Amino acid sequence: MTANPAHDRIAKDVAENDVLLFMKGTPVFPQCGFSAMTVQILSELGVKFKAVDVLKDPEIRSGIKEFSNWPTIPQLYVKGEFVGGCDIIKEMFEQGELEPFLKDKGIAVSE
Amino acid sequence: MAMSAREIEMAIRAALPGADVTITDLAGDGDHYAAMVVSSAFKGKTRVQQHKMVYDALSGRMGGALHALSLQTSVKD
Repeated sequence: MTANPAHDRIAKDVAENDVLLFMKGTPVFPQCGFSAMTVQILSELGVKFKAVDVLKDPEIRSGIKEFSNWPTIPQLYVKGEFVGGCDIIKEMFEQGELEPFLKDKGIAVSE
Repeated sequence: MAMSAREIEMAIRAALPGADVTITDLAGDGDHYAAMVVSSAFKGKTRVQQHKMVYDALSGRMGGALHALSLQTSVKD
């Protein structure tokens, strides 16, 4: 337990979901270009993920930035580890690093 | 309040002396930028750590005054 209840909720979500994306909007209706890009990359790799729409929850929206000490959204967590925001995910994808990274973590990707 | 490309560049250079910083105003609206930062200080750091160093240089303005900064970092040899 921490002093901030939002952090506890985030920690629980991170622990319970192998691939978790904090984003603006939903995967079907992203509300921000960076979130849309990240969803597109995950979808391209056929990765199953849970999305949290921070626009629906102001506590999570500010809490996630403190939780990960990262100032922007989207934020991707894999097996409890913060992997990065849109720029990092995009770079990993373009360099062909994202798929092996996910496989290493035991995440199913479509071939 | 938006930040100018010059302000962003100065803030990053101040925190990472000797870095090559290239700022592009993506939309021409003074609100959506791309930054390419090449610094020897990134050596041995993960991408997340490198990006955090740049965000730290912008001391809290990222996500606030600075809405959209697409960031790319690499290590200077």
